[in-house]
Amino acid sequence: MTGTETIAKPPTTGGTRPGGGRLPLARLRDFALVPAIILLVVVGALIDPVFLSAANITNVLQQQTELALLVLAEAIILIAGKFDLSLESTIGLAPALAVALVIPAASNGLGTELPAGLAIVLCLLTGLAIGAFNGLLILRFKLSAFIVTLGMLIVLRGLQIGITGGQNLFDIPPSVLYLGSAVWLGVPASIWISGTLFVVGIVALGYFRHGRSVYAIGGNTDAARAAGIRTDRVVWAVLMIGGLLAALAGLLMTGRLGSVAAAQGDGMIFTVFAAAVIGGISLDGGKGTLFGALCGVIVLGLINNILTLAGVSAQWIQAIYGAIILVALILARLTSGKAQD
Amino acid sequence: MTSHEQIARSAAGAPAAEARDVSKRYGATVALHSAGIAVRAGETHALVGRNGAGKSTLVSILTGLQRPDGGEIRFDGAPAPALADRDAWRQRVACVYQKSTIIPTLTVAENLFLNRQSGRGLIDWRGLRRRAADLLAGYGVDIDPAALAGSLTVEQRQLVEIARALSFGARFIILDEPTAQLDAAAIDRLFDRMRELQSAGVTFLFISHHLQEVYEVCQRVTVLRDARHILTEPVEALSRDELVAAMTGETGRALAEGVARPPVPATAPVVLDVRGLRLAGHYDGVDLTVRAGEMVGLIGSGSSGKVALAETIAGLRRADAGTVTIAGTTPKPGQVPAALAAGLGYLPQDRHREGLVPLLSVAENATMPIADRLGPAGIIAPARQRTTAERMIRAYDIKTDGPHQPVGDLSGGNAQKVVLARALANDPRALVMVSPTAGVDVRSKASLLGAIGAAAAGGTGVLVVSDELDDLRSCDRVLVMFHGEVIRDVPRGWTDAELVSAVEGVEQP
Repeated sequence: MTGTETIAKPPTTGGTRPGGGRLPLARLRDFALVPAIILLVVVGALIDPVFLSAANITNVLQQQTELALLVLAEAIILIAGKFDLSLESTIGLAPALAVALVIPAASNGLGTELPAGLAIVLCLLTGLAIGAFNGLLILRFKLSAFIVTLGMLIVLRGLQIGITGGQNLFDIPPSVLYLGSAVWLGVPASIWISGTLFVVGIVALGYFRHGRSVYAIGGNTDAARAAGIRTDRVVWAVLMIGGLLAALAGLLMTGRLGSVAAAQGDGMIFTVFAAAVIGGISLDGGKGTLFGALCGVIVLGLINNILTLAGVSAQWIQAIYGAIILVALILARLTSGKAQD
Repeated sequence: MTSHEQIARSAAGAPAAEARDVSKRYGATVALHSAGIAVRAGETHALVGRNGAGKSTLVSILTGLQRPDGGEIRFDGAPAPALADRDAWRQRVACVYQKSTIIPTLTVAENLFLNRQSGRGLIDWRGLRRRAADLLAGYGVDIDPAALAGSLTVEQRQLVEIARALSFGARFIILDEPTAQLDAAAIDRLFDRMRELQSAGVTFLFISHHLQEVYEVCQRVTVLRDARHILTEPVEALSRDELVAAMTGETGRALAEGVARPPVPATAPVVLDVRGLRLAGHYDGVDLTVRAGEMVGLIGSGSSGKVALAETIAGLRRADAGTVTIAGTTPKPGQVPAALAAGLGYLPQDRHREGLVPLLSVAENATMPIADRLGPAGIIAPARQRTTAERMIRAYDIKTDGPHQPVGDLSGGNAQKVVLARALANDPRALVMVSPTAGVDVRSKASLLGAIGAAAAGGTGVLVVSDELDDLRSCDRVLVMFHGEVIRDVPRGWTDAELVSAVEGVEQP
């Protein structure tokens, strides 16, 4: 493979250098939310001194861990150019099914009474299976990811209600409760887990060939295929990882709350998408970083916390929270200067 | 292998790439019927043919993206690798497609080393950018490897694709209509680069609708027609007329000479009057008039502002100063409906983006601007739409299954005829067209130009904005734009050299 050095350097060149700066705008955008986070922290501190206490900060972060894992999953799926709306049902069904398989029928279980030690494995396998089934419909049968996962959202929620008889599950084995309630080195285990997974995700998507292929597929699937990337296989893997992360988020939520609610995760998907988009993930695929998505999660968590501390009445908090998310989307649109199509 | 070895092999007679008796059918359509091509090592070989002649199918078979139903592919005398072995294919052949295979959201460096950024471990981004910079510098391409690929111009993107292809070790490169989106200066730079690479031992297969380019840069030419191989000849041995005849199966001289038209009387009313038009960054102080029945050409390089001017006349852009008068009325600037109501017909530059709705039928696309005439109170009477569309299909010789066929299924030339039919549907007083024959084969070109001439003969004032000399031959006069100003008004009877040198800003001695 030589021949390169035999080619003379021509006098003229093809056009001028675009941009030119060492740190292009695209990379600066990853940090676009950092000022917003600082601003929110200052506002929070002014509203209530409790805001900056270690207990409150830990509380805010722990409450966001489940959302963070869903956003991590959704961000990777969006970067690959696909959708998964069913994550918000997986977060409920996966722990509900696992718990129902191990607890006695008297506690609303299925009566199989499998060993309690299997519960965590069953939960994660359920998530993987849901992701794999989504992949089957989207990639093999070429169905639209949007409508497939919208259907799955409803089916999975229905399955959970069917399995549990619409009841909340309270008789949770301690192994299932552990991850969501344990404290490691003075910090809740769920924060360690989410933080570690984000670091793993950032490194994998930023510094590994397979991670970069997710961006390539989302940016231009044909070009990725032409470059030798097995596009279907990668997308399938991404969807399965998404299901796995949602199941893990379900475990954390179950451990934190001490039960599996029949409506666990219901309505979370809007917040998930909002955090991802505010964090700079493009719904078109191929654009955005996991660090940005994490910032989006933190922004929403801070806003939620500040609203609570400011004493906004519980009846109004949902409307105000939703409106603030819309405003944040508008601001993100204005600062990025690009249409969020 | 080195280029010297490759040349030595070609002396031994094995073509760099060869397709023998290749056949391919898609359902009932025969895309290739035992066609073949042999590209000698070190030459630049042209592949020409009308839309649908089988060029794209042959390219996808030569690049290993499609499996032929019959026949075989050989590179340097050896059989082609298995279809699944993409790496082996990439070392033998690379294709720069019309549709870019660059990923706009990634950097240039990453695009160059896509899916081979590293071995197994972490990606060393600094090292990757350095390797990319070395690769680009090796080919004299001055592009920042850290730039986002989406910010590159079409020309720069092509260079990145060519550099990437060469970096795999491929010494046979297919260029699929590389000049379609480039202006004249960029085409020249591309040709210079091709000649350089050729002298370094790279073999090219060059696909283009512009026959002039075939003569300029290629040594031999292969013609496909109706899925069959027609001829392979050295270009010197083939006149332009013979080449056109081979492509169309008939002789056609009208293109090279233009259609004779009666002179436009000086008393004919002015239907398009542009006065002192200025748009910062595009053009400044443009005056032009088009009389009823007159055909005026407008030529200029990509940066001359000619397209922006046409878009301003059509109301897609709003000028900073100056007026556009259409058939005596001055429509509200920057508003397309106002311009259309004043009697303008407009044929946009990119028929895929602005011209057509691909999923809608021929009838719906063609009658879109006159939908209000097809029935009362906003109702579109299907029967009237169909008869109107059938009349258009006959008048413009549109090859289609019928008015119900989606426009997206038509060939490029026929889709462009639908756009033209639509632009002429409301009997405009003035017609502005941008690159009306871009990406259209020779025969469709002739019938498109014929339809435009007929419109002018019917009393419409026509402004043809194009880089294609063939589009401008029938014009009564051609205006030349240079850096945002109209610098020449060339009457009919110009020579190619005269017009091209004016476009490039070079004065004729």
